[in-house]
Amino acid sequence: MIKTRNLTKSYGAFQALHDLNLEIGEGSVFGFVGANGAGKSTTFSILATLLPPTSGDAFVGGHSVRTSPAEVRRLIGYMPDFFGVYDQLKTEEYLDFYAASYGIPAGERKVLIGQLLDLVNLSEKQDAYVDSLSRGMKQRLCLARSLIHDPKVLILDEPASGLDPRARVEMREIMKRLKHMDKTILISSHILPELAEMCDEIGVIDRGRLLARQSVREIHSMMKGDRVITVKLNGPAAAAVKFFEERPFVSSLRRDDEAGEVTFSFGGSQADQEELLAAAAAGSLGIRSFSEEETDLEDVFLSLTKGGGVS
Amino acid sequence: MKAHLSNPVLMKEIKLRFRSPKSFVGILFYLAAMSLFVIGFMYIMTQDGSSGGYLNPGQSFMLFTMLTYIQLVLVLFITPGLTAGSISSEREKQTLNMLLTTSQSSFQIIIGKLLSSIAFLVLMLVSSLPLYSVVFLYGGVSPKQLLLLMFYFFLSTVAVGSLGVMFSTLIRKTIISMIATYGSVLALLAVTGFLSVFFASLSQGGASPFAYLFAAINPAVLTASLLAPDSGEFLHGMTGLRWPVWVTYLLFYLLMTVTSVFVSVKSLRVNMARGK
Repeated sequence: MIKTRNLTKSYGAFQALHDLNLEIGEGSVFGFVGANGAGKSTTFSILATLLPPTSGDAFVGGHSVRTSPAEVRRLIGYMPDFFGVYDQLKTEEYLDFYAASYGIPAGERKVLIGQLLDLVNLSEKQDAYVDSLSRGMKQRLCLARSLIHDPKVLILDEPASGLDPRARVEMREIMKRLKHMDKTILISSHILPELAEMCDEIGVIDRGRLLARQSVREIHSMMKGDRVITVKLNGPAAAAVKFFEERPFVSSLRRDDEAGEVTFSFGGSQADQEELLAAAAAGSLGIRSFSEEETDLEDVFLSLTKGGGVS
Repeated sequence: MKAHLSNPVLMKEIKLRFRSPKSFVGILFYLAAMSLFVIGFMYIMTQDGSSGGYLNPGQSFMLFTMLTYIQLVLVLFITPGLTAGSISSEREKQTLNMLLTTSQSSFQIIIGKLLSSIAFLVLMLVSSLPLYSVVFLYGGVSPKQLLLLMFYFFLSTVAVGSLGVMFSTLIRKTIISMIATYGSVLALLAVTGFLSVFFASLSQGGASPFAYLFAAINPAVLTASLLAPDSGEFLHGMTGLRWPVWVTYLLFYLLMTVTSVFVSVKSLRVNMARGK
């Protein structure tokens, strides 16, 4: 649904985006992670037909942003990172204006606006003036605005930025609902755990280059290399230690008889790990539980952007 | 068909403009200033005992002339204020990007912005018509003259308004766009007059197309030619050319409108095909 081909944007000598190649399938949710100035908003602006690329091209639904920007605009719903609202317009009028801007017939607008306000939990604010809404409410209203023409693609540039924890939770809940509406979503954030919760894939961008593009789980394993697995046991650890020692990819095995657990590093793939744990569970080792040490996604991001990324 | 004719930006702008008390306070002050002038003029003219308490046709025409010039200056200086921030203020309020990603064409957005400002100015012009009726009470002016003047006010408003929208599209800051638009109005009102006299003096009595052109595009000269048709002879004497001022004015201001709207439409959205 979204494709970029050697997408590059330069401002004089400064390269904001460097040969970005990206492909996002229909219905998937792609999270774009990067520090300020990494190139996220530049990519989004090009996809929203607001900024011409220096070279390369981007496609939405098969339409090039260079040659068919009007077609691209019909397919996308865009929510910028910073936006303003019109004074002296009520919430319903605000959405009605954008509905009219997308050519939605007047007779269909009222029902549509009601549904969207319901989706973003703003039904009670239908008659409130837009500039009187809180920041979180304005963010949700802007999200409703970007959905007004039922776009196939949603481009959301830091939709939760600047929100208090409560508003952030509300926004996250709405995002989860959107995920089930079969829309292709491209979302950016610097709050990584939030993206991890709702995205199918994450792309890490730094200084205009895409450093990694993997599922959240894969990024974890790529950076950490070996995962640390703890196995809790009901009985003596000897049999379990022997079992794991003989298995491939297992190293640094430690036993803690007092706690009744065995801890080891595992360097195999996700599938290897599943196979190992299935075999352990099937054997009579007295296993009570398995747990994998949670890695901090912030660490992953910092490691990726500091070292220049993974190939 | 109805959908094709409707313009969401126009409807929204009109709603916002007429919802704001500032608009009505503006019209109130505009009419108050004009009324004060009319009442003051009539008071001074009728103070003399020989007048019999009424204006003669000559005085009535003088009132009409002065009213016309006051209105001309007011309209020319209010129009930039209404249009020179039309696009740049959207940019400053961070609402422009969202507007540009909608399905509305650039032409629709520009025309919506322009027409909403003109609608307000037309309301100002129409609301001042009762003041002009005082002139008809005493004679000296024909309704045709008034209608013709109103048409040219309208034309000037549209042209200056288009210029304001164009500067607002090209210049990011509203304040600079305002300065550019007011500067252009000043150039049309004063600089053209100066250049006309300058080129006429250079031609030393011969025909001077530049002197004619600069005079013909000056709103004050056009107003004079409409109020006193024999003023064409004066212009002929000065420039050596005999060509109706209203035709040149009409063509120039139409061209200015079309060019300004064209430039605005072309520069509102970035050219995505251009790789820079």
